[in-house]
Amino acid sequence: MENLIALLVAAPLLGAAVLLCGGRRLDRSGHWLGTVLAAASFVIGVVLFLDMLGRSADDRALHQHLFSWIPVEGFQADIAFQLDQLSMTFVLLITGVGTLIHVYSIAYMEHDERRRRFFGYLNLFLAAMLLLVIADNYLLLYFGWEGVGLASYLLIGFWQHKPSAATAAKKAFLVNRVGDIGLSIAIMLMFTTFGTFAFGPVLSSVGETGEGTLTAIGLMLLLAACGKSAQVPLQSWLGDAMEGPTPVSALIHAATMVTAGVYLIVRSGAIFNAAPNAQLAVVVVGAVTLLFGAIVGCAKDDIKKALAGSTMSQIGYMILAAGLGPIGYVFAIMHLVTHGFFKAGLFLGAGSVMHGMNDEVDMRKYGGLRTYMPVTFVTFGLGYLAIIGFPGLSGFFSKDKIIESAFAKGGAEGWILGGVALLGAAITAFYMTRVMLMTFFGEKRWQPDAEGQPPHPHESPKSMTIPMVILAFGSVFAGGFFSIGDRFLNWLEPVTGYDHGHAPISAATVTGATVVVLLIGVFLAWAMYGRRPVPVTAPRGSLLTRAARRDLLQDDFNHVVLVRGGEHLTRSLVYVDHTLVDGVVNGTAASVGGLSGRLRKLQNGYARSYAVSMFGGTAVLIAVTLLMRAV
Amino acid sequence: MSFPLLTATALVPAVGAIVTAAVPAARRAVAKTLALVFSLITLALAAIVFVRFEPGGDRYQLTESHAWIADFGVRYELGVDGIGVALIALTALLIPFVILAGWNDAEPQETGSSRWRPTQGFFALILMVEAMVILSFEATDVFLFYILFEAMLIPMYFLIGGFGDRAHSGSDQNAAAQRSYAAVKFLLYNLVGGLIMLAAVIGLYVVAGSFSLTEIAEARASGELEMATNTERLLFLGFFFAFAIKAPLWPLHTWLPNAMGEATAPVAVLITAVVDKVGTFAMLRFCLQLFPEASQWATPVILVLALISIVYGALLAVGQRDIKRLIAYASISHFGFIVLGIFAMTSQGQSGATLYMVNHGISTAALMLVAGFLISRRGSRLIADYGGVQKVAPVLAGTFLIGGLATLSLPGLAPFVSEFLVLVGTFARYPVAGIIATSGIVLAALYTLVLYQRTMTGPVKPEVKSMPDLKARELAVVAPLIALLIFLGVFPKPLTEIINPAVEHTMSDVQKKDPRPEVEAAQ
Repeated sequence: MENLIALLVAAPLLGAAVLLCGGRRLDRSGHWLGTVLAAASFVIGVVLFLDMLGRSADDRALHQHLFSWIPVEGFQADIAFQLDQLSMTFVLLITGVGTLIHVYSIAYMEHDERRRRFFGYLNLFLAAMLLLVIADNYLLLYFGWEGVGLASYLLIGFWQHKPSAATAAKKAFLVNRVGDIGLSIAIMLMFTTFGTFAFGPVLSSVGETGEGTLTAIGLMLLLAACGKSAQVPLQSWLGDAMEGPTPVSALIHAATMVTAGVYLIVRSGAIFNAAPNAQLAVVVVGAVTLLFGAIVGCAKDDIKKALAGSTMSQIGYMILAAGLGPIGYVFAIMHLVTHGFFKAGLFLGAGSVMHGMNDEVDMRKYGGLRTYMPVTFVTFGLGYLAIIGFPGLSGFFSKDKIIESAFAKGGAEGWILGGVALLGAAITAFYMTRVMLMTFFGEKRWQPDAEGQPPHPHESPKSMTIPMVILAFGSVFAGGFFSIGDRFLNWLEPVTGYDHGHAPISAATVTGATVVVLLIGVFLAWAMYGRRPVPVTAPRGSLLTRAARRDLLQDDFNHVVLVRGGEHLTRSLVYVDHTLVDGVVNGTAASVGGLSGRLRKLQNGYARSYAVSMFGGTAVLIAVTLLMRAV
Repeated sequence: MSFPLLTATALVPAVGAIVTAAVPAARRAVAKTLALVFSLITLALAAIVFVRFEPGGDRYQLTESHAWIADFGVRYELGVDGIGVALIALTALLIPFVILAGWNDAEPQETGSSRWRPTQGFFALILMVEAMVILSFEATDVFLFYILFEAMLIPMYFLIGGFGDRAHSGSDQNAAAQRSYAAVKFLLYNLVGGLIMLAAVIGLYVVAGSFSLTEIAEARASGELEMATNTERLLFLGFFFAFAIKAPLWPLHTWLPNAMGEATAPVAVLITAVVDKVGTFAMLRFCLQLFPEASQWATPVILVLALISIVYGALLAVGQRDIKRLIAYASISHFGFIVLGIFAMTSQGQSGATLYMVNHGISTAALMLVAGFLISRRGSRLIADYGGVQKVAPVLAGTFLIGGLATLSLPGLAPFVSEFLVLVGTFARYPVAGIIATSGIVLAALYTLVLYQRTMTGPVKPEVKSMPDLKARELAVVAPLIALLIFLGVFPKPLTEIINPAVEHTMSDVQKKDPRPEVEAAQ
């Protein structure tokens, strides 16, 4: 059975290779090949899952060793896989949502002449993401980590002829590289501390080293997670990444890749458990991002950017939960899975709306669309109810558990984190209701596009709506299914461990409070965007609104300090190199050997003089050695 | 006596150079084909060397030794260790691609002059360089090595000065002047290094009474030959200075951007991917083996210079407006990594550095040759003259991107393996240096992706609108290099297998042991 693991990666990798090298012959069938191979990977995942269910909880991990990757004295890196319950959860999410999004893309990208390449990149992404979650050591994880970064770069910049897309792609890659410094250093620290970076040996020897080292490793892993999962302070790339085609935003920048940071922290739980200071940093990052993303989400008029802010915020919840240690690991992953359903569904819904509205993304130019695209409306609406945590739907169960866990952290820390999580829930309800109202309710504010064509909103074809329906199904039922009889908890506990913590208030109180803040958020949004007409051009807005529209000024900071500063630095260095370094070295040489005179003479262009100087050295050498012999 | 395989590997391209040069003026196509055939025979011989070399065997294998100038103890002594084998393989592998990529770079500009045969000369010079570089990887006699180290400057000088890049912003006269300046600068820098090395070679002979690397090293290891601390340090500096110019290490690097910018793309590959490797190779072979104490004495300064090279080269690459100069500065950054790995004095660092030499050769060749194809289409080296090429020539853009991704050490491509080994090997002994070097991965992404964005993406510029995609010959150059980058990125074992034992020898030369991990992790 373990021999199947490699096939999980091999199927989409084959697709990527064939589609990207295959040439135009495959233009007419390539998307089917890509979709079939994604589905094949899903089927293999299901087979492995059923097999795993058949074994006892402590005996579920499978291992497959392919070959030695980098064999160097004292350094052992293998191409080897480990499939346990945590990896399995991701495999099913990645291949399941991935396959649905392949199907959706067939119609969504129908009129793009480079559709074959799009599917090649999607397959490449699946292969890399699967590698990331089934690797059995940190270096191979790094391989997948950068692989998804590459796929993300290629897909954000898929419409490269748009300068904004090309810039966004580059930005995403660069910001992620800053995070990669963290992952590199973490792996190096593991190597010098444990002599290895395979999960098993490292995580089981944590107790033998000091807390200082573990804190350093933990902080470096957190830096990596911040890059990939768009957490403060490395969050700035995610909003721009919405330049990519919408299915990409759904799959990579909502459901799967951006959650890799959560995976990394949960996978490294043993390290964080022994490094409370690193854990504190994790919860702070999670709590700050949770609010940051939510505030940004409130101010954006671009539907995809509002959803991107929301993604940032929801991953903030997961990171927060992961930073709580065994109290929160399981619920971080549970929210990650339910979020995968409803956020992918929301993005696909947004894509469907754009599809019918001449690719317009400004929600101020939507309005009243519910009757024109009923399936999109219903599925998007269910995703909306799920994300705000409407009782009974997926998000209700998973988010509520995180808020409870935050309180259960205990002490002042617990109260603060719980309070932040509750506040976040209120803002989530606000901005998502705003999106819902501006898009599907109110009056039509449709505008003709650049060519003067008025939009003719229509429902999308079946191949797009069916994936949306399936995801909506998950958005509604997954949370309840996971929670009944603590199914999800029992499934993951053998890998992540579990701790109740010390809840200062009862679970029922937390749930009640969550519902109350939810209603407040919805009501405020309705008062602002439902009761009153929405202006087509955005009002100036308060200082906070204006700052939030600009991603709370972080981009402006980056631009002034990093971009401008960097430009000045490199420009002056080019000058220094040309005049100072070159000049000093040449000048020294000249003053030592009178080289400048020779340089001038040589430039006269007599080849003979070069030959003379060349062989002069050899002649001197021979003469001296002969002399040595003589004496 | 067994077949002198090492001599043959160097002799075939030398003979090829003479044969190619002798082809009559009118038969240019024959000359090109002959050059390609000779380079392929060399590749076959290098492959035999690779296969015949036994990783577990003696330190130097396939040895040959003949009296040469008996009067003063100079011998024609050859032998290869794993490091030499890997670099011979790299050289022999790259030359056919260099020849194929430069297929049309040296056509005579005006017809009718029967005496001047640029095409024949161009390819003969390339083969001449190949012969000397291969022999310098094989020489275990210091005198022989010195001669080759100096002599390879001659064909290189003519390749840079005589066959410049036709894409030039200035007038023809201006271009010729800049080219000549670049060639002379290349020559003078390397000659100065050579002169100082010459003094050190003489000094070594005075002290040791022999030119034989193996003899001196043995005598040093057994304690028969003792050197005064200051003598050893001076000799070390003499050798190191020459190698640091060739490598090149900051602040001795300024000849490289000129030379790579003005030369044709294949010659630029020859400079950075092949000839410069002799410098870093010689650091491992001669500096560490002959002067182990002095090497350790100089390590702190060299590490600092290497770190400056890494960061400074990358920052300068970001600031370039000329595609080829950008790649040159990127190479300076990469040479910093190689030197860092050598002087970190760990198994991982030195294995990584050796692997880095090979991988950098392949990745820079891929990037530079595609850049050359691009430049020849538009007739400009300036980044700003391009834009939107991806739309009109997707295969060219795709291969350029892969070359760039290799340059920024993306996992899955060969350079990642070597760069990570260098970083981890450095970090194990010098954590701060390791962390500073790691920052290089962001800068590498910056200069590579900015280059790609400005040339390949965005709206199509009118001047590139009719640009053709890669032709069959060009694809035949790039595709195998890319395949190799992927293969060695996932399965570098064939190389590490032969490099590891050689590195172990070098580590014992300098009497260094790898730092032990803090915890013996449960396996």
